[in-house]
Amino acid sequence: MRFSDQFEARFAVMLTHYPTKRSVLVPTLLYAQDEIGFLSDEAIAEIAARLDLTDLEVRNVISYYSMLTTKPRGKYNVQVCTNIACMLRGGEELLEHCEQKLGIGHKGTTRDGLFSLEEVECIGACSWAPAAQVNYDFHENLTLEKMDSVLDEYRTKPQ
Amino acid sequence: MASLTSHPDETKVVSKRFGMGATNIDRYLELDGYKAVQKAVTMQPDDIINQVKNSGLRGRGGAGFNTGLKWSFVPKQSPKPKYILCNGDESEPGTCKDRLIFEHDPHAVIEGVVIAGLAVGSTTGYIYIRGEYRYLLEIVQKALADAYAHGFLGKNIFGSGRDFDVYWHGGAGAYEVGEESALMESLEGKRGIPRIRPPFPAVVGLWGGPTVINNAETLASVPHILLGGAEWYAGLGTPKNGGTRLFCLSGHLERPGVYELPMGYNLRKMIYEVGGGIPNGRKLKAVVPGGSSTPALTPDEVDVAMDFDTLMKAGSMLGSGGVVVLDDTTCIVKFALRTMKFYQHESCGWCIPCREGTDWLKKTLTRFHNGGGLKKDIDNMYYLSENMLGRTFCPLGDAAAMPTMAFIKKFRKEFEDHLEGRPCPYEKESTIQELPVMA
Repeated sequence: MRFSDQFEARFAVMLTHYPTKRSVLVPTLLYAQDEIGFLSDEAIAEIAARLDLTDLEVRNVISYYSMLTTKPRGKYNVQVCTNIACMLRGGEELLEHCEQKLGIGHKGTTRDGLFSLEEVECIGACSWAPAAQVNYDFHENLTLEKMDSVLDEYRTKPQ
Repeated sequence: MASLTSHPDETKVVSKRFGMGATNIDRYLELDGYKAVQKAVTMQPDDIINQVKNSGLRGRGGAGFNTGLKWSFVPKQSPKPKYILCNGDESEPGTCKDRLIFEHDPHAVIEGVVIAGLAVGSTTGYIYIRGEYRYLLEIVQKALADAYAHGFLGKNIFGSGRDFDVYWHGGAGAYEVGEESALMESLEGKRGIPRIRPPFPAVVGLWGGPTVINNAETLASVPHILLGGAEWYAGLGTPKNGGTRLFCLSGHLERPGVYELPMGYNLRKMIYEVGGGIPNGRKLKAVVPGGSSTPALTPDEVDVAMDFDTLMKAGSMLGSGGVVVLDDTTCIVKFALRTMKFYQHESCGWCIPCREGTDWLKKTLTRFHNGGGLKKDIDNMYYLSENMLGRTFCPLGDAAAMPTMAFIKKFRKEFEDHLEGRPCPYEKESTIQELPVMA
């Protein structure tokens, strides 16, 4: 299992930040997932071995955190917030619109592997609702038209 | 990047460097940056604690505990290292203020962490940022690197002979982790399950050492208090509620946004003047004053001073500063359901009253909203919520129960309107296209 040099450099530094190795686990899992798209069996085994944990202990942590996934998903994960502040300003409609547009439901992935869709809980964009995140990018004060151009932007992004 | 808004009634303290390029350390220094910590290294630890205590600064995460008092609980002598932990796991629905602090003024948080460390005799701090805020984590990583490069962190800071390290830490999606004991579990690389208390974190916290856990806004306020003085800060607010606070206005408003207003600012003015009132000539139905866990207020309850004690007296809570406004077309049952769906999703499952209670309430509210409600469900939901209160290790159970009880008590008629197989009488076609679009 090989991670990028940047991952390795960050991992080495992080280990010096805490009195216990295990403390690096949560951020390390997310950074690993960013590189490979999901937490594969191989990645889990590798991280567990590095931190003197069992695979099961790592899986136990993974299942707690909503951003971590052991299943592959699309290149662009579209996360639409429908929590209260977004709901009041059309978050549910926005989600429905994305479902129709992409032809997938909650936690689905398009056949070409480009997009995944997720209904998410509050992402901290309440004053700029409705909002969505595509991977880590925030898109705020959305309308259905704006959402369309956001999706187009990612669709036509150079690979 | 979240957009900034402003209003003449604002008193800018924590937000005074917003939009001024203060993520750049040189710019931050021009704007009085790192002056407070230089003052702090010359002060006695107890003097720092007393200043913060007397300023009336109270926890901005929601609980509203006096910050200086919290610091004073840390034992002077400890065989184990002491830690400062900044809570940047902002995830209470309705709350989006710490985001702006990290985005515009990350060094203020770092400075606050160092000052807290000097006050309680710690040499290590952590800044925990929720996983979704990746761009903010990157801003903080850069800010920390710059602070180290300038010698503001590390060995012998400001020639004081004292060392202080601050590290970043990223989460991976969990509301529950915003609760202080779950936050520590998460930082230790575990599931965010709350710890039983006592012992409190100030005595037994991270890796068993005494730990001060403060919200990012709380810590970002500290440097301003040391520079401006406790009296000045206290004077900005109301008695025992010092200073200002970032209010996140959202929902059915003409001008939603994050505004820094003095503690005790009138809620009606906040809605109708600062937030620009309710669009499309509609009327106010309810307001959630401090994030999704706080009991809603009705239109005749909004002439209230927004501080911790006044809202408590009004039967609600100031919470995290998330003010969510609902107009008269909103279905309260649906709103209560969406709130409960959230808590059911986020309940870690450790305590049965919360795990089962949130699930049961979600199911009942769903059935209710779909027209399958029974009259006895209304009292059952209230009774169930009441029995969740105070029966869990952490406040998530309370956070789910409190708003539900308020909705049932104050909007009983709306629940009754859903009875007898009627589908929601309030549901409307569209919400997204009829609200003003912000630039």
